[in-house]
Formats: sequence, C-alpha cells, structure tokens
Amino acid sequence: MVEAIAMAHGWEMQHDANVVVIGQDVGANGGVFRATAGLQERFGKDRVQDTPLAEATIAGMSVGMATHGLKPVAEIQFMGFLYPALDQIVNHMSRMRNRTRGRLSCPVVIRTPHGGGIHAPEHHSESTETMLCHIPGIRVVCPSSPVRAYGLLLAAIRDPDPVMFLEPVRLYRAMRQEVNDDGQALPLDVCFILREGCDVTIVTWGAMTMETLRAVTELDKRGISAEVIDLATLSPIDIETILASVAKTGRLVIVHEAARNVGVGAEIAALVAEHGLYDLLAPVQRVAGFDTIMPLFKLEHDYIPSVQRIIDAVEHTFAG
Amino acid sequence: MAPLPQFAADTALVLRMYRAMTLVRVFDAKAVNLQRTGQLGTYPSSLGHEAAHVGVGAAMRPEDVLAPVYREFGTQLWRGVTMTEILTYWGGDERGSDFAVPRQDFAWCVPIATQTLHAAGAAMAFKVLKQPRCALAYIGDGGTSEGAFYEALNLAGARDLPVVFVIINNGWAISVPVAAQTAAQTLAQKAVAAGIPGVQVDGNDVFAVREVVGEALEAARRGAGPSLIEALTYRLSDHTTADDASRYRSGQEVKDAWALEPLIRIRDFLINAGLWDGAKEQALLDECTLKVDAAVTEYLGKAKPSSDAMFEHLFAALPARLHEQRLIARKYASKPSGH
Ligand SMILES: Cc1ncc(C[n+]2csc(CCOP(=O)(O)OP(=O)(O)O)c2C)c(N)n1
Ligand SMILES: [Mg+2]
Repeated sequence: MVEAIAMAHGWEMQHDANVVVIGQDVGANGGVFRATAGLQERFGKDRVQDTPLAEATIAGMSVGMATHGLKPVAEIQFMGFLYPALDQIVNHMSRMRNRTRGRLSCPVVIRTPHGGGIHAPEHHSESTETMLCHIPGIRVVCPSSPVRAYGLLLAAIRDPDPVMFLEPVRLYRAMRQEVNDDGQALPLDVCFILREGCDVTIVTWGAMTMETLRAVTELDKRGISAEVIDLATLSPIDIETILASVAKTGRLVIVHEAARNVGVGAEIAALVAEHGLYDLLAPVQRVAGFDTIMPLFKLEHDYIPSVQRIIDAVEHTFAG
Repeated sequence: MAPLPQFAADTALVLRMYRAMTLVRVFDAKAVNLQRTGQLGTYPSSLGHEAAHVGVGAAMRPEDVLAPVYREFGTQLWRGVTMTEILTYWGGDERGSDFAVPRQDFAWCVPIATQTLHAAGAAMAFKVLKQPRCALAYIGDGGTSEGAFYEALNLAGARDLPVVFVIINNGWAISVPVAAQTAAQTLAQKAVAAGIPGVQVDGNDVFAVREVVGEALEAARRGAGPSLIEALTYRLSDHTTADDASRYRSGQEVKDAWALEPLIRIRDFLINAGLWDGAKEQALLDECTLKVDAAVTEYLGKAKPSSDAMFEHLFAALPARLHEQRLIARKYASKPSGH
C-alpha cells in the first residue's frame, strides 16, 4: 500500500503545482515508511520539505500555507505524535472556513500511520480516530487497500477542506495490489461494499478489513452470508449505505481496532438505533479494542480483535 | 586544553567509568544482533554516546531523578537499571519499565521533548518539598525544535528550579541534520532566552561531561538554578534498527566520526597512566560478554505476559466496567509463545 500512497503524491504534485509535501524525514529519507520516497528528487526541496521536529509546527504552518495558496500534504510520523498538532487542527484548521465566513480555508491533508500489529515501539501503534471524528469541520479517512489508498488520497488532496488521512500500518507492506496510476480519485463521504451478503452486515475499516474478510470466509462455511462494508470515510459517516444494508440483512456487527469506549462504532450503532431500529432482528454487536492502553507488542495481538472474536460476535446475532 | 578535573586522580572512579562505557558498548552490539535475529523489537543503539551517557550517570547522585529519552542506556545502567529490564522493554513488554532500581526515575520517553517538562515538574516537587535533589532531563538535537522543550526551559528559569537539561547533539534526528532544525549556531545558546546558563561540552570526553554536568547539578542543588548543557557527540549507528542511514548521510562522515569515538580517548588515558593494557582489555571484554549473555538468557527466559497485564495497572483498582473486557481478553488471548 505504501507504494500506492507515494504514487498518489507523485501524480498530484505533477498535475498541481501548489501541492507541497512537508513532514519529518519525508525528504531524502522518503518518510520512515517510504510513503514519500523519491518525491524530493523529483520535485525539489521547496515542494518536499523536511520540517523541524515539531508537530505543532507542521500543523500550524499548514494552516498558514493553505490559507495562502498552497495545498500542504503533511506527514505526522506516527499517530501517537499527532497530539502537539491538535491545538492547530481543532482551533484553526477545522474552523478557518467557518469563522471567516468562507473568506479563508484550509485545503490540508494530514497523513499519519494508524494502528498496530507490526511490533513497533511504545506510542507507535495508536488508533485514536475517535478523537479526530469528534472535531467538526474536518474529514477523517482511512483506506483499506492500495487501490483505495491511491484514490482516496487523491480525493483528499483535491478536497477544499482539511482531511485527516489515517494509513493502517499493517497494510503498508502486507497488502499488494495492482494500482493504475491514472489520477482517478475515489469519492469521499461514502462507504464501499467489499462483499455482498444477506444475513448480517459487518461494518469495519482500515486494517480490520483483513480479519473481517477472513471471518467472513469461515462464516460462509457455516452457512452465514455476511455483507462487508468498508466505512472508508470515518467522519462524516455515510449512514445511508449502512442503513440500506441493515434493512436487507437485519443484523449489524461493527469491527474496529480502536478502543470500544466512545468509538466510531458507538456512533454507527446510535445512528442505526435512531434510523433503523425496526429493521434489526438482533442487538447490534461491537467487536473492538479493549478500553485499555494499546499494550507493547508482546500483547498487541491480544488487543487487536481476532478473527474468532468477529465470528463469535456474528454468531451471537443469530443466538436466541 | 583545560586541566584535568580533580576526580581524574580517582583511579577507581576512572576505571569504573571505562568499564561502564565498555559494558554498554558490548550490550549494544548484542541488542542490535538480537533485533536482527528476530528476538528483540526495534532498538535504538547508543553507539558513540558512551562518554556522554556514562559521564552524566557518574555526575548524578542516586537520589536525583533522571528523565531519559530512549537511548541513554549508559546512564541508566550506571544508575541501576538492568540490561534485562532494557531488553524486556525493547522486547515489547511493559515490565521492563518497572525498574527495581532506581524506583523514582522516569521510564523511557518516546514522544519527543515531553520528558523535559516532567523533569521541571519533578524539580518543582523537590523545591516545594524542600528536598536537596535535582532532576536531569535528556533531549536530542532534533528534540530542541519541539515547543515543550522551550516551555520546560522557560519554566525552569522562571521558577529557578533544580533541574539540568542535557542536549545530546549527535548531529542527526533520524535523517534530518542539526542545520535543518535551527539557524542557531549552538544549541546551548537556546538557554539565553530562558535566562539560564547554557554551555557546550565535548560529549565524547567522559571527564569533561562528568565535570560540567556535576557542576550544574551542584549549582542546582544549592539553589543556584537550572542550566542547559549541550554535549557534542555523533550517532555512529543508524537511528534505530528500523532505519538505514546510508539513505541520507555519507559513509565518509561516519568514518571520520569513528576517529573521535569516546572509548579510544579514555583508554589512551588509562594506558598512559599505566593502568591499562591488552590483557586487561581482553579480560574486561570477556567479563562484559558474560554479563550481557546472562542478561540475554534471563530476558529470553521470561514468559510472555498474560492478557491480564493490559488491565492490571490501568488504574489503582480496575473499574467494574472493565471486568467483563478482561474476561473477553482472556478468552481470546493468543497462545503463550516464546520469542
Ligand atoms: C513527538 C514526536 N515526534 C516524532 C517522533 C518520531 N521520532 C522518533 S526519534 C526522532 C528523531 C529524534 O532526534 P533527536 O532528538 O536528535 O534524538 P536522537 O534520536 O538523535 O537521539 C523522531 C522524529 C517522536 N518519537 N515523537
Ligand atoms: Mg540527534
């Protein structure tokens, strides 16, 4: 997936001279995951800049650059290091258009690795998308494959408003797929149906699509046909697609790596309760990370929901 | 050249520093090797930093508090952290941060620069509680770009806190050289705006580091306030085992830096003083290897923690709401495995 991300950067920089890439180690090093590999050689040091080691700097300078003609695509090295940037994101980036009545705006993309599962050190395996989804005025996007990473990143860069782009680290290298470098964006604000089914709807995103699709293969053998929805844009949520699916299947299971408490799954469950309660044949199930700190890597696979947990939650919707 | 500090006449101390520098070098090579063979997680080598790290350790008192970043193993070993604990943490297990000694030191701090404020806060506690102790925070050259660093300097100066900040300027923050972080000629001069003293020291000279840091700590201890020390050294290794420095810096630069590496200098001092020879060197290396191997065996022998470990220390007492999740975690826990 990481090559698809670099490719999307390359396409858009080639076709839009205002796109600039900033971040720590994005230049000569090409990013610690190589998501910006080769860009500095191709587009020069003005358009691909290593910043000083400061996240408030990265987000704050993005606000200034974006309000004055550039389109920054900024990398935060890991999600656990995003927090110094939050002041700028919450108080300025997300509000600029609203508070100036449309006079100034922030076409910024902030990319950051998301989630665990690659034996990384402390603070390198966070999935705290809920904190971002709670901020009005920004979009939160999380791709589940190289093809979607390419198309959604292009859409995020072209979008006139700020987008947080969360890249599941487990997919960076694990997932390979042919990607056409044709500059075709995918739509934001809509879910993607990864697989059609008629007995249960499973909503998930990012790396958890892998465990979910494995669970679904097993469920097939047990005669349960699951429809899998990749949420893709975590905020705002495309609830119509989910409601239509639940109207068909009557059952809903939500799977995410992030902690359960006030997770994005809670919002989806609440929306379905508000708008689709009478379609449900069973209570909604959430399969999520525990409400604990993401453990160091010896236990990370005890934290990340397993295939078996997903299977059991689906079967639970058929019990009783 | 400045005259040697008084403690240089203390042969036992000088030998102890040399032994500590050698031990951490041997440990470091082993840790990198463990990572390469899949027995350790990502590991930040301390190669080339031995004089700075051991010099700081030797300058501190046991009752002082250390706020490390992630690679200052030489200081930590001096203060009583064990090699097994270091491996346990970098092997992905929180138990490594539960130091038997020193109980009051902070654990490794991966979010860059945040630890500098913790040290200032600890110093505030010592001041309020009228304890004759100091806090010492490390930070890297790259780390000095973070807002938290300036806030810590400012607070320390404004409240006259017993804290010493040691910048390890090793030339690089992953792939970014110091010159790309700042237009300041030195990092020590960042103290000026905070109204506190700032000095540079040769970070490859263990005598100089111990002397300068020792003076700063004693000043802080007697109420003369905080200071900032920039130790100039070089990161001879990749940033971590996940990094490939050949992508962004020249082999010649690294080669040149090897000529100044810190073990050579103190070894020459010992040899010239008639305190050291080839046989002693070999005996020391053998002794270090034995110690390191024993730690590795102990580390590798540790059973994987149970899934309960995620819940055990989340709060002083686990809220009732989380009991159910602990049971779910147990039910789905992966099989215990070695490394
Ligand atoms: C807040 C934060 N941002 C980014 C990172 C990722 N990161 C880890 S180490 C590092 C470079 C640190 O360089 P320096 O401060 O010079 O310390 P050194 O590694 O040289 O000891 C970066 C960018 C981080 N750990 N924390
Ligand atoms: Mg450095």
